[in-house]
Order: sequence, then structure tokens, then C-alpha cells
Amino acid sequence: MAEKIATRESYGNALAELGEKYDFVVLDADLAAATKTGTFKKKFPERFFDCGIAEGNMISVAAGLATTGKVVFASSFAMFAAGRAFEQIRNSIGYPHLNVKIGATHAGLTVGEDGATHQCFEDLALMRTIPGMVVISPADDVEAKAAVEFAINHYGPVYMRFGRMAVPVVNGEDYKFEMGKGVNLRDGKDVTLVANGFMVHLALEAAEKLAEEGISARVVNIHTIKPIDKDIILDAAEKTGAIVTAEEHNIIGGLGSAVAEVLCEGCPVPMLRVGIEDKFGRSGKVQPLLDLYGLTVDNLVAKAKAAIALKK
Amino acid sequence: MEQTKKLELQKKATQIRLGVLKGVHAAASGHPGGSLSIADMMAYLYFEEMNIDPKNPKWEDRDRFVLSKGHCAPALYATLALKGYFDEAELATLRQADSFLQGHPDMKGTPGVDMTTGSLGLGISAACGMALSAKLSGKDYRTYTICGDGESQEGQVWEACMFAAHYKLDNLCVIFDWNGLQIDGPVAEVMNPTPYDKKLAAFGFHVISIDGHNLDEFEAALAEAKTVKGKPTAIIAKTVKGKGVSFMENQVGWHGSAPKDDQYEQAAAELSATL
Repeated sequence: MAEKIATRESYGNALAELGEKYDFVVLDADLAAATKTGTFKKKFPERFFDCGIAEGNMISVAAGLATTGKVVFASSFAMFAAGRAFEQIRNSIGYPHLNVKIGATHAGLTVGEDGATHQCFEDLALMRTIPGMVVISPADDVEAKAAVEFAINHYGPVYMRFGRMAVPVVNGEDYKFEMGKGVNLRDGKDVTLVANGFMVHLALEAAEKLAEEGISARVVNIHTIKPIDKDIILDAAEKTGAIVTAEEHNIIGGLGSAVAEVLCEGCPVPMLRVGIEDKFGRSGKVQPLLDLYGLTVDNLVAKAKAAIALKK
Repeated sequence: MEQTKKLELQKKATQIRLGVLKGVHAAASGHPGGSLSIADMMAYLYFEEMNIDPKNPKWEDRDRFVLSKGHCAPALYATLALKGYFDEAELATLRQADSFLQGHPDMKGTPGVDMTTGSLGLGISAACGMALSAKLSGKDYRTYTICGDGESQEGQVWEACMFAAHYKLDNLCVIFDWNGLQIDGPVAEVMNPTPYDKKLAAFGFHVISIDGHNLDEFEAALAEAKTVKGKPTAIIAKTVKGKGVSFMENQVGWHGSAPKDDQYEQAAAELSATL
């Protein structure tokens, strides 16, 4: 896990690489340098359109383009895509089920210094309530690029969440991305850590630590929050009897909630959630922020033990 | 415009108005006022202007129409039915749970509807996307959209105007239905968006002001729009809300309420008398 790359870089690189193979259009709202759609723009300027700082218009323009048969990517920060333009995504794209892919970068706490107004912890909750929307939160470079290629080939709206911070690559080059299928990254019998985004690599580290203490933890990567892989979650619940979710999102509405929904209906077992505990973010360097909000290996280890203790 | 052609189009407009009332009355719900104000322009667009084929509603080279003021769906449905996209009997199913005629236009369910609209401000942006796509693909279809004057209070309308001018969408024609009334009262009193002409010109549009019930003026404006290169055209159409039904004209209350049986009969009689 030596190599590190931000999934927003992966997004831009994937667009630029896949632009040779596929015909699609990319829109941005004055953040091409940050969302990395600029990488595509440099290579395919004739298929890139800056919409200026007008995210709502951008999303509805994307919808109009899609009605004519274009595959369209529209990008901004998660806050301004899923947040500011929620209603346009719902009504212009979701309701008519148009072929628009939303590449939302700078999701979560790892935005860092820009602080609460730019740190979106609500996007997964918002997006997964839209019927027909596929919602993906990739863990690393390999998965992010695979998700982009999936999105091009899938007819219908897709929301993809990318991060600002460079994160370790956890998947091998032979990794096959399957939409809606979770990935068992490590087997275990005492507890399962269910994670997505960059929290996947923290979950793997936490499993190592737990192993040192004689606790066997399974690690599952749920890169697709919607449609969610019920089978892999229920199997984890049946076999390990306790679940801890880990996400860079509000514990209300995101992965934690989605997993809880599956467990409550299929196999209720003790479950605890690691994530943003219904708070706004704040400015800071990334590591102090992660410590402050409990997005840490130590917190995952503690929650895993607590979940196991709840089994009886 | 030749007299017989004008009479024929006026007849179509009256039939559209009758279709509006039929739907809204049957549903006991809907928006007659703004539907009646655009009926003449809808008749001209669909029976004279646009290159469309009701037998092939998804034809990729067709001209596009987006009803950005989506609440006036009854006018769009009446027009589409008259043009032959679906049976006119369907108009009476407006807003019913088993109907494909939703309260606001649904492109997935209704033949001939090019864009799902209803939430104000979104349609004009989608029209920009359609026009941009034509430029990108080297197609020569044109895109038309009708926005409400109240709708222009939405910031997104002006975001879209900026976009249309920036990308030189001269294949886009935005029609503003200036009927002067919105739910809470006169547009000028609720939140005055005028002067439209100066604002739209400042946003980079070629601006033409007309009487939206005068077919000659509308015809000339649309013809002029086609000669404009390098910028989009805005047609500011002054209209009468509720046009064609004496007791609905210029009455804000008819923005979003349906006529009772006796009112429907009177309205239909007034309109039918002009056929």
C-alpha cells in the first residue's frame, strides 16, 4: 500500500484515458483544476464545457444534452453537486432517468482547510434517496477508474464520490469492479468492518491491529451504496455476528444507515457506526481533523470490540 | 400571413384552448390561465414552425420544444393531441392516477414531450443542453422553449441565459410568456423582473418584443430569429393570462384553479362560438 493517489486524480485520468475509447461530454462549474476534469479538457477541449459557477444550470444542461443521446459527465465539489444542485439532479436527471454521470469530488472531511461549507457529509444520503440513481464511493485509484468506465457503459444516472486527499491503493491491477457487488478484502469470524471510500484502508489497518489482539475481523468494501449488496452484508452478519460501518460521511443517511436497513430487515445483529457523528466539519490539516472526528484506526478497533461485546 | 392560413391557425389555437379546459375541468385541478396565454404560440410552433413528426416522436433530427413553465402542461398536451401524438380523448385523463398525462410534463410517459419539466428554471437550461448538443453534432435542428414571466424570478433562468449567450447558441429561441400574473398576484408587484428587453439584451440575446396573440408578429419574430448568427434569440411575448375565456382573462385566481361545470360550459361555449 505504498502508492498513494487521490481518487479525484483517478477520475480526471480516467476521463482523459477513456475519452479516446468512448464518446462523452464533460461539464464543470469552474473547478476543473480541482475536480481534475481539467485533465480531460486539456486532451479533448472540444468535448469539454465550463458552465461557470452555476451548478444548477450545469446539471440541467447536462440533462438536455443527455436527451439527445450524449453521455454526459458533470462535475463539481460534492457540496455543490449533490447539495446545491440536489433538486436539479432529482428533477432534471433522476425523474426522467437520463444518462448523466455526476463526478463529485472533495467529498467529506479530507477537504481539510476549506472547512465546513465545503466538507460535504450528506451527499450519499441525498443521492441514494433518488429512485434509479446508482451511488458509488470508490476506495482507491483502481476502483475509481473502474467506476468511471462502468458509468460510461451503464445507461442511467450515476453519482460518483471522489476525495481530495491522496489515499493508498488497496486493490490490485487485476481488480474487477462489479457495480452493486461488495468486496471481501479480508476474512474473519468475530466481527466485520464494512467500509467505503478511503475508510477501507483504515478498516484493513484496524483488522491487522485486532488480529494482534487475537480478534479476527472480516473487512468488506461496499463501494456501491446503491444498489447495495445485501448478500455480502447478510453473510457477514450471519458468519461474524457483529458489524461496524466506516465512512467519511454523516452516520445518518450514508453507509451506516444503508447497512442498518439491510441488517434490520434480514439479520439483526449488533452494529456500530464510525463516521461523522451528526456534526459539521471545520478547518484544519487532514490528520488532526480525522483524529478530532474519530475517523481513525483506533476508533475502529474500539468500536469493533464494543460491537463484539454487544453480541451476548 | 395569408388569411386562410391565419384562420386555420387561429382555429387550432381555439381547439388547443378547448383541450386545455377539457383537461383541467375533468381533473378539477391544473393551471388554465397560463395555458390559455400560450395557446396561439403553441399552435404556430407545432403547426407551422417546428420540423417534427408525430409518427416518430423520438426522431433525432427533429426540432425540440421544452415547456420550461411546465405547469402549463395542459396546453402542451392539447397541442400534442391535436397534432396526432396521441388520442384527444386522453386529455380528459389529465392528472388521474392511471394517466400518462402528469400534472407537469413527463418525457418518459408522454409521446412528444421532449423534456421533463415543472420545477421552474430547469427547462430553459435543458433547452440550452439540447441546443449545445446540436452544435456539437453538427445538426441543424432548432430548440424552442417557453418560460413564464414569473419563472424568470428563478436565478437559474439567468444562469441559462448567460450560458446560451456564452456558447453562442443561435439555434436556441427562448420565448417569454409575459402574461403579467403569478400565484401571489401581479408579477410586477410580487418581484418585478422587468425590464425584460434590456436585461436579456445585456445578457447577450437578440431580443424581439411582440404581441403573443398576434400570429403575424410571432411568425416574423421566429423568422428573424433564424437569421441571427452568434447569439440566442429571446422573444418577449406580451400576452393575456386566461386569453379567450372572458371571465378568466387577467384574473390571477385562474392561475391554478379549475372551472366548475357551469363555468366550463360557458368557457367552452365562448370558445366554440369563434370556430
